[in-house]
Amino acid sequence: MTSNLPGSLEVRDLSCERDGRPLFSGLSFSLEPGSAVQVLGANGAGKSTLIRTLIGSADDFSGDIYWCGTPYPSALPRMRQSLLYIGHKAGVRRGLTPLENLAWYGATRSDALRALEAVGLYGYEDVLCQQLSAGQGRRVALARLFLPSAPALWILDEPLAALDVGGVASLEARMSGHLAAGGMVLLTSHQPVNLESLLQVDLANYQVPWVSGADHLLDLQEVHSGD
Amino acid sequence: MATETMATGNEGGAGDNERLEAANGSGFFTLLRTELLLALRSRADIVNPLLFFVTVLAMMPLGIGPDPDMLARMAPGLIWVMALLATLLSQEALFRGDFEDGSLEQLSLQPQPLYFAVLAKVAVHWLVTGLPLAVLSPMLGMMLNLPSAGYLPLVISLLLGTASLSLIGAVGAALTVALRRPGLLLALIIMPLYVPVLIFGTGTVQAALDGYSYSAQLAVLAAILAAASALAPLAAAGAIRISLDH
Repeated sequence: MTSNLPGSLEVRDLSCERDGRPLFSGLSFSLEPGSAVQVLGANGAGKSTLIRTLIGSADDFSGDIYWCGTPYPSALPRMRQSLLYIGHKAGVRRGLTPLENLAWYGATRSDALRALEAVGLYGYEDVLCQQLSAGQGRRVALARLFLPSAPALWILDEPLAALDVGGVASLEARMSGHLAAGGMVLLTSHQPVNLESLLQVDLANYQVPWVSGADHLLDLQEVHSGD
Repeated sequence: MATETMATGNEGGAGDNERLEAANGSGFFTLLRTELLLALRSRADIVNPLLFFVTVLAMMPLGIGPDPDMLARMAPGLIWVMALLATLLSQEALFRGDFEDGSLEQLSLQPQPLYFAVLAKVAVHWLVTGLPLAVLSPMLGMMLNLPSAGYLPLVISLLLGTASLSLIGAVGAALTVALRRPGLLLALIIMPLYVPVLIFGTGTVQAALDGYSYSAQLAVLAAILAAASALAPLAAAGAIRISLDH
């Protein structure tokens, strides 16, 4: 228990697999207040699995994850109180307006209006989300980051996807502000992200050499014949 | 939730109540209100099961023959089976939209249990399907020549029974939400679990028609509802977590 800082996420010697196929192993990093981590990796390298493990939705991992020094899964309820997660699926309800969507996440009307203005959706507050474009729908989800009630730990899966240049810049500015205020950001992105104190974690460095089924059988046979 | 209020900061007294409300934003009644709003916005989803219910029952005399005595004898069973099918048909969409747009995942990350979110969704599902079915049922009873002694027990048994059906169906809907075409599988999972409700539902009406007291059957239906509302959301919440882990 090295870190007892208020709100820090620490990953030690983490290994994950998906459907019996090892994705990465020996992954260690820590996320302190005011710092950001960008997870890199090719498609299928396990970025989303890592994120699902960190938010506590997937529990088949080995290694240790600590939130404020408490190991998972007993730390999960406390971690989730400080968690803002935006995944592949934006979590925006198509049958609601942007304003109602933010209200569903617990925002007041005035805060929600300001957040929507910040993501460039001024004038779209009362349009149903199913009538917005894909990029605009994404912006509704990202508007949660602009709420003053946004919690400390942000875990964002591809937040820059489907955003235009201006959107990327304003999101980066918001993330810098959040980090300066002592927040934490963990994100995956294939694009370069312009943030100070950004730690890059490349899953390619933790890849498990892939053992195909046939090789595996061969090994077994050798062991067997060696007997 | 207290931490959330604190994180929001205090920007003057006027906004305090508003803020407090916001901190409770994902509470049970907000969920309920949002679900109701969504349900009322997609009116086709409310009207279609009802139309199905009415249309199929209107076809029964055409198929079976217009003999009033026979129709009267079959009416309780027909109405109940149709109510069951109408509930089942509308159940498939219960979690689907939320699963596809990611809000189910967001709900599963809330500090408060998924139980209440499921309960809110089921309550709204019952309000827009079970309740109208029960209210419409005397009219359909009249169409099928159900003796008037059966109207009241039919409505009460349907009110209690459809609520149980919505709850039980939610478990199946949660189990199959990650599948692309769950229709038939959902029916196969859920139908056997509907059986007790069907037996005591039709039993209620039958007892009334035969001139007996039907409070025992209603008591059993109420007991099923009590058990279902305690257990089914738990099972559905567990099933949602499994479905999300894909």
